[in-house]
Amino acid sequence: MKKLLAILLAVPGIALASSGGAALDRAPVDLHDKMSLQRGAQIFVNHCLNCHAASAMRYSKLTELGLTEQQVRDNLMLATDKVGEPMASTLDPKDGKAWFGVNPPDLSLVARARGADWLYTYLRGFYRDPATKTGWNNTVFPNVGMPHVLWEYQGSQVLHAAEHGAGKLALESPGKLSPAEYDKYAGDLVNYLVYMGEPARAKRVQIGIVVMFFLAVFFVITVLLKKEYWKDVR
Amino acid sequence: MAATNKPPVTGAGPFNGVLTWFDQRFPLMVLWKSQLSEYYAPKNFNTWYFYGSLALMVLVIQIVSGIFLTMNYKPSAEHAFASVEYIMRDVPGGWIIRYIHSTGASAFFIVVYLHMARGLMYGSYRKPRELTWIFGVLIYLCLMAEAFFGYLLPWGQMSYWGAQVIINLFATIPVIGEDLSVWIRGDYNVSDATLNRFFALHVIAIPMALLGLVAAHLMALHETGSNNPDGIEIYDNVDPKTGTPVDGIPFHPYYTVKDLVGVAVFLIVFCAVVFFSPEVGGYFLEYNNFLPADPLTTPAHIAPVWYFTPFYAMLRAIPSFFNMQVWGVIVMGAAVMIFFALPWLDRRRTKSIRYRGPIYKAFFAVFIVSFLILGYLGVEPTNVWGEFPKGMPVVGGDYIATWVARVLTAVYFAFFLLMPWYTARDKEKPVPQRLT
Repeated sequence: MKKLLAILLAVPGIALASSGGAALDRAPVDLHDKMSLQRGAQIFVNHCLNCHAASAMRYSKLTELGLTEQQVRDNLMLATDKVGEPMASTLDPKDGKAWFGVNPPDLSLVARARGADWLYTYLRGFYRDPATKTGWNNTVFPNVGMPHVLWEYQGSQVLHAAEHGAGKLALESPGKLSPAEYDKYAGDLVNYLVYMGEPARAKRVQIGIVVMFFLAVFFVITVLLKKEYWKDVR
Repeated sequence: MAATNKPPVTGAGPFNGVLTWFDQRFPLMVLWKSQLSEYYAPKNFNTWYFYGSLALMVLVIQIVSGIFLTMNYKPSAEHAFASVEYIMRDVPGGWIIRYIHSTGASAFFIVVYLHMARGLMYGSYRKPRELTWIFGVLIYLCLMAEAFFGYLLPWGQMSYWGAQVIINLFATIPVIGEDLSVWIRGDYNVSDATLNRFFALHVIAIPMALLGLVAAHLMALHETGSNNPDGIEIYDNVDPKTGTPVDGIPFHPYYTVKDLVGVAVFLIVFCAVVFFSPEVGGYFLEYNNFLPADPLTTPAHIAPVWYFTPFYAMLRAIPSFFNMQVWGVIVMGAAVMIFFALPWLDRRRTKSIRYRGPIYKAFFAVFIVSFLILGYLGVEPTNVWGEFPKGMPVVGGDYIATWVARVLTAVYFAFFLLMPWYTARDKEKPVPQRLT
């Protein structure tokens, strides 16, 4: 049953995450891994929420991740003291526009618009590029306005141009985390973003399985009923 | 004392009294008998005959789920997108209602396309059922309008730019085009005014027209009786004693219980989509529509939802002539409108494809395949199959998909326009006297 759930949850992520052209890495999404979601939420409020908002997401929803309201208040609410409030950004849109060229987009639905794999590749795809305004560029989002906010953790990469296809990324100077640890770190964040894109998703699949059993029984009953009535039709 | 001289209702056990009370004040039993328990339908309906009742059920699903959505949706450019997310997150059960409605939109078209294909195969549009067919095509037109207006309401990027593209089609009409498109939008761009009027049209105007047309469709059908996979009339063989067709069975209970099986299978597929994959890989809910509408950022690739793509592919494939863009719009409109003429284009006495000759079968098969490929091309960008080498005559440097779409558009119209010619020449097999 667990396996079936995992497959069903993965299906929407697989298809049509196109555009851009670069090959995407598979994001380790598992909405049943509450610890991963909690870590992702922590990373999100610490590093993303300063500039990005998540206006459709209320702090109180985070209790769904196995946290008490007090834990949410103590660890995840940096900008407000009202637990029913949506996650707002402290950045003035005008400043955002002036600093990054665009106002940082709201991230409530970013996982649904971009796809988990794109986000996972994006978060691991920053490299040094002296030609851009911020000094950073990205393999799946060329000339991105955002600098590599998580560089402290990943370290900085450079892109070695290849003769064919996309170039190869190489770590120039290491960060606080090893490459494997950083992949897990980015994976937790993506997992959280997927959760935030559709908080009802895990519940949706759960209810769906019950509905399927019910409809299977209903189908058998209708077939028997039809057979009974049609006995006398030649 | 009884209200009228009607005899009391019998055979309903403890309900006889209540039913008699109603029947003496309302044509209850007459309607019940004429429309259901004594409406004789051919006994050989196959699976293609499920889609009519399923379309009716999807209509009900859409109306009911739509009512609940309107309770929390806000038709304003400022709040629409956020109110949909409010429904998805904060309204109890809101996500189920929203997914039911979004899945229902695509399901409606799937069911209606299959229903229309059935009509084409078995000649259900032929005399004496021309009016049933015409009401059906009108329902299809209303459905397209309903889907188009409804798609703007979530106010996502695709909602916005899809509406922008379609309304701009009207601007290509010579002389009046510009004014007409402004009149439709209520503004110079798709805006709050457009959203408000589309909401009004989506929740009240078109649904009312749809309900009326569905009633007319069913009344016309029950006047002539249903066609069947053999395409012969069951009332040509009537039992002299009872006056009922020998190959007919009462719709109720036989087809009501049979249609229940169809309902069960349909709901299994429908709920699988709703609960396990409501986006269906971006075909039912486009990924770009999870971005709020932004009038300043045009998406790189604007594609309508899948049910419009065959016609969209035609539109894109038609080049401009005499400096006018309107030809593609004319072709697209004609591709839909030509369904109205179908009853008078077909010259053969045989209705069902079972007894038609090879020419019709070949035309029909090629037509269906063309429609499907056009649908695929409409989803993809025009460069999906690359371009012809520069040096080639006529087509050099053009996109391959554009020329394929042009050829398939010609095939699509050939199926209809050549029909008087090829159906008159086709060989037909002998049609049986009784249902097989």
